Amino acid sequence: MSSVRLLVGTRKGAFILTSDGKRKKWDIRGPYFAGWEIYHLNGSPADPDRLYASQSTGWFGQLIQRSDDGGRTWNPVDNKFVYDGVPGTHQWYDGTQHPWEFKRVWNLQPSLTDPNAVYAGVEDAAMFRTTDGGQSWHELPGLRAAKGHLWSPGAGGMCLHTILLDPSNPNRIFVAISAAGAFRSDDGGQTWLPINDGLKSPYELPDPDAEVGHCVHNIAMHPARPGVLFMQKHWDVMRSDNAGDSWQEISGNLPTDFGFPIAVHAHEPETIYVVPIKSDSEHYPPEGRLRVYRSRSGGNEWEALTEGLPQRDCYVNVLRSALAVDTLDSCGIYFGTTGGQVYASADSGDTWAAIVHDLPAVLSVEVQTLP
Amino acid sequence: MIRVVLPYHLRQLANVKGEIAIQVEGPVSQRSILDALETRYPMLRGTIRNHITQERRAFIRFFACGQDWSLISPDALLPEAVASGAEKFMIIGAMAGG
Repeated sequence: MSSVRLLVGTRKGAFILTSDGKRKKWDIRGPYFAGWEIYHLNGSPADPDRLYASQSTGWFGQLIQRSDDGGRTWNPVDNKFVYDGVPGTHQWYDGTQHPWEFKRVWNLQPSLTDPNAVYAGVEDAAMFRTTDGGQSWHELPGLRAAKGHLWSPGAGGMCLHTILLDPSNPNRIFVAISAAGAFRSDDGGQTWLPINDGLKSPYELPDPDAEVGHCVHNIAMHPARPGVLFMQKHWDVMRSDNAGDSWQEISGNLPTDFGFPIAVHAHEPETIYVVPIKSDSEHYPPEGRLRVYRSRSGGNEWEALTEGLPQRDCYVNVLRSALAVDTLDSCGIYFGTTGGQVYASADSGDTWAAIVHDLPAVLSVEVQTLP
Repeated sequence: MIRVVLPYHLRQLANVKGEIAIQVEGPVSQRSILDALETRYPMLRGTIRNHITQERRAFIRFFACGQDWSLISPDALLPEAVASGAEKFMIIGAMAGG
């Protein structure tokens, strides 16, 4: 019988949650790297036992850990993230130029085919890659050449938080950067284009034609239809049917279109999920009711999923990397909250139950579906 | 041998318990101690000082013989008591508010 393994990054360590295909009973292991912030951990699609974790603190900086046995044991690999050549500058809060400074790794995305190849999205925003299992990291500097001097940090930092690899085209990569926007490479990461046409940020970015500067919170795709992208922006939920060349709003009847994560059902490319948050000023669910919203029509028409989720006095947030889906026949949906709960649905979101209630604030959730 | 005390998280990372003893060739300074430490425990590179600039990380402090050496030149010679192993060279995580 198939099983699932959740990789959960929190403010105070990593946890690994496993269950069989029924997803009723869970084994919880951890904390790994106790006391450290784990922004992200992720597994190789080519070798599910090969895991990578981003481990950091304000005291000791950045580490990268690697496991070759599904998370039972870990070893540190190279943690030297050095921008290519002269780092240059980007726009600062006061409009001046500010030097690029490495702060942390937000996202680790292993290659779809090679366990030793991994992309890393970092703050200050840039893309790095290893091809030797983490023994060395090298920047793909073409990304910052895509008007990087105009990028400016938002309140959460200027972070490259999302990396999507196109399963049908190994040369195509999408990334998203807070307060800079979405970008696409069609040559394996050597050169990049901003793909933000149609995004509107009238208060933060008065220029309606601004190529960069949009605060993209998360993007998602279905692997069988990689030209269709879905986006949760600072405000607005968006969709692109042409690999990001243009975007249309699909917020529809959502109670609020502010939020962080977005995900696509494993078997239904037009079924998508968001977790609306009240506003940019109040990062918790409207009316204190935790609701996942599902659209089965690719957007615009949304239904609230509430069964098993707290419907009063709930003031948690769900961060951008904390929503994930498995690929079992009955698609499982998972998310973690800043209150330390991890919720699971084994029926595409119809019903929910908490796997665990009291972890540290959850930063990221990834799912591995294991044979 | 130089006696070095690491903060808890770096002891975990280096997989050591208690204080450690390392051999330092030549004059004993913060820099020579950290060079030897990172050679023996390469997983500590970047956690105490910047990979490139070699500057002390902001929330790391160095103490020896009852004195805070954090703001003193990394090439300044440390007391003979540290060089002889009579006193420990302590690397600690600074208080950071809260």
